[in-house]
Amino acid sequence: MDLRSIGKVAAALAALAFVAATADAKTLTWARTGDALTLDPHAQNEGATHNLLHQIYEPLLIRDYAGKIHPALAVSWKVTEDPAVWEFKLRPGVKFHNGNPFTADDVVFSLDRARQPTSDMKGLLTSIDAVTKVDDHTVRIKTKGPNPLLPNYLNNLYIMDKEWSEANNTVTVQDYKAQKDNFSVRNANGTGPYTLVSRQQDVKTVLKRNEGYWGKGPGDGQVPLGISDITYVVIKAEATRVAALLSGEVDFVQDVPPQDIDRLAKAPGLKVNVGPENRTIFFGMDVASPELKTSNVKGKNPFADKRVREAINIAIDRDAIKRAVMRGQSVPAGTIAPPFVNGYSKELDALPKVDVAKAKALLAEAGYPGGFEVTLHCPNDRYTNDAGICQAGTGMLAKVGIKVNLVAQPKGPHFTLIQKEPPETDFFLLGWGVPTYDSHYIFSFLYHTRQDKEGSWNATRYSNREIDASIRGLTSEVDAGKRNATIARLWGVLAGELTYIALHHQVLAYAMKSDLDIPVSPDNAVHMKFVAVK
Amino acid sequence: MSETPPVIPDGAMRAKGEQRSDPGPREAGSGPLREVPDSLASGSASGMTGRWLDSDLVYSFMRSKVVVAAALLTLLMVGAALLAPLIAPHDPYDLKTLNLVDANMPPAWVEGGDARYLLGTDDQGRDILSTILYGTRSSLLISATAVLLATALGVALGLWAGYAGGRVDALIMRIADVQLTFPAILTALLVDGVMLAAFRNGGQEAGKFWVLVVSIGLAFWVQYARTVRGVTLVERNKEYVEAARLIGLPPVKIMFQHILPNVMSPVLVIATINLALAIITEATLSFLGVGLPPTEPSLGTMIQIGYRYLFSGSWWMVAFPGITLALLALAVNLLGDWLRDALNPKLR
Repeated sequence: MDLRSIGKVAAALAALAFVAATADAKTLTWARTGDALTLDPHAQNEGATHNLLHQIYEPLLIRDYAGKIHPALAVSWKVTEDPAVWEFKLRPGVKFHNGNPFTADDVVFSLDRARQPTSDMKGLLTSIDAVTKVDDHTVRIKTKGPNPLLPNYLNNLYIMDKEWSEANNTVTVQDYKAQKDNFSVRNANGTGPYTLVSRQQDVKTVLKRNEGYWGKGPGDGQVPLGISDITYVVIKAEATRVAALLSGEVDFVQDVPPQDIDRLAKAPGLKVNVGPENRTIFFGMDVASPELKTSNVKGKNPFADKRVREAINIAIDRDAIKRAVMRGQSVPAGTIAPPFVNGYSKELDALPKVDVAKAKALLAEAGYPGGFEVTLHCPNDRYTNDAGICQAGTGMLAKVGIKVNLVAQPKGPHFTLIQKEPPETDFFLLGWGVPTYDSHYIFSFLYHTRQDKEGSWNATRYSNREIDASIRGLTSEVDAGKRNATIARLWGVLAGELTYIALHHQVLAYAMKSDLDIPVSPDNAVHMKFVAVK
Repeated sequence: MSETPPVIPDGAMRAKGEQRSDPGPREAGSGPLREVPDSLASGSASGMTGRWLDSDLVYSFMRSKVVVAAALLTLLMVGAALLAPLIAPHDPYDLKTLNLVDANMPPAWVEGGDARYLLGTDDQGRDILSTILYGTRSSLLISATAVLLATALGVALGLWAGYAGGRVDALIMRIADVQLTFPAILTALLVDGVMLAAFRNGGQEAGKFWVLVVSIGLAFWVQYARTVRGVTLVERNKEYVEAARLIGLPPVKIMFQHILPNVMSPVLVIATINLALAIITEATLSFLGVGLPPTEPSLGTMIQIGYRYLFSGSWWMVAFPGITLALLALAVNLLGDWLRDALNPKLR
């Protein structure tokens, strides 16, 4: 074969490859209200951050749209003869985006990394004692006492490439709240279905299909991987986001404002999927500081008085927020546990009766007959109509005499106020999703005293050592009946404390072009690899 | 003061004299907007009014129906805004009175509307009409204060640069040139961001007012400084300035007492046109979410709130504040335009 014919063959092959590529190419522009806070897989335990990271990195196992657990980088897992040791069989033949093979060393490295002090994922791994490699594709996790629910805690725990991390000096997790930076904040090397092409924080992230993805192809447990290129854009203004979808500029809007659902559902060529999210929105307050930073009351903390919390609880008209602010798209709540969670009960979720007169009386009884002043911190790009919820709350509290100064800002600075130690907010709005579907996750992050591994999102400074011990005990309780009894007892105490004032369980709406079908998942986690193209 | 009266009218007469096509008699006090000598100030009011009504300015004003309409509209809106607490049916800043039951109501004449809320309500149950009145008030207060600040700053720096010349002039004017390369809104956003970061967690409304005033004021001083410097360069070589210098008056006194009155007419024009710009800038900042908080909306904040509901059929939330803002800016702009033409001798 002479040189010329080799050239011809090569050209023909290239043309063929090109045709195949275009036939298979489907780009998707995906708009959200806010961006991932960082790409460091272990720096932030936050919904939108996980959502983007899931396209690039993979955990050992994931939850599907229905909330069911599926194998990802692990193929199987079981408890060994020792009930305190779990064994995970890893998927063979998987490669990271840079070509490095995926092995047990990477799993050991990643789980160790995620337990570092600066990691925000450490709160999920409190029960882990040690992670050891058995062979290249087997890992054992030893827990402090038996933990039958361990796999539930691993579905947002991404596996990084040990070699890559060491080479790029990102062995230490980014300290997000100290506004530190590292290589993995902007760069990524996962095993996931998409590779990172470029990223401009808060503007645009471009992803490309990982053609060597292990799960691609026909057969059981395989994924369609229909989208070849993803452009993830941040469009903060609701109307602009909706307009972008109507004009065809974007294909998929993950945060549809409730007021626009009807309009989008009626628009030709578009469809809207609506479903409940495993997340509850609530107000939290500093109940333990001797004095609030933003209040006109000096020398004491009004929120420390339970009567004040009770007054706020009955001053908030959740049904009115649902009707006016959420346009019917929310489920008013009496508890911060979403209905998906083990430990949720209808009784816990009963709504308090709105009673302005009684709230005023309670405030007077607590020594604030004229009310008081305080600043409410609120995100404006995280939850559905979050700033509107805060504003409505501000009005309702004004009716009982509490003058609220509202500060609504993007989630980055907002979450920093909450996560800083000591917290820099007296009164805040937060939404808490529960990826483990179990109450322990709520207790551990939101009620446990803030310390080494627990309480990282507990900005209320609520602290009860007896409760803390019971919370930690949950991770090693094998008897489901006893465990549930402890959960019920904890809720009995904690719900009564009213450190958080539940508002509603969030309802999600996704809007997309008709040739796509992305169902709403309770985790609000979109896995683009599941998307087929019609 | 005894030496100033002969000097100032001289400068005034020159400026005024140039506006007339015919040389005209150069009697003192023919400039209606200028300082009236003591002898005339004590004279009868009707004499002054008569003189005023007789002037070129009033003549050109009455001649244009558009300008009269613009002036009436401005007066009406400024009056309504200033009297907002007295005439507004509700107090939209009093959160106690808001009721979410009344949220998202269309205007009274549309089906589902309520007579209590003539122009409808927003997502928090605020009466749109009352909020427009209060919002216009905040917008006008902020813009007017900001324009005053910009004028004071620009005039002072311009006078100084023009009078002192040399290095001072070069420094001030280079700063002005650099700032001119940025759009005003960018400067305002920058100042706003820096000040907000400095007063983090503040969020108090009084603070917010001054943040906006300073942001807008700092964004607009350049134009004044450049104009005033130009005029000052011409004026400082005039005999009256030399005379003042000869008798040993300090430079500050010469600048502010002798030169300033002669540079005020272009400043007046810029200030009027800038007022419209400042109103728009305030609205833009509020629209972008760095202006007045949603609990005390200005026109821009209202448009931002209403804009969220643009696709959901609640058009009234954005339409009425939008129309108000457009009319206000247009009216003030027309007035400014007219004033510029009326005071520009070359356009006669």
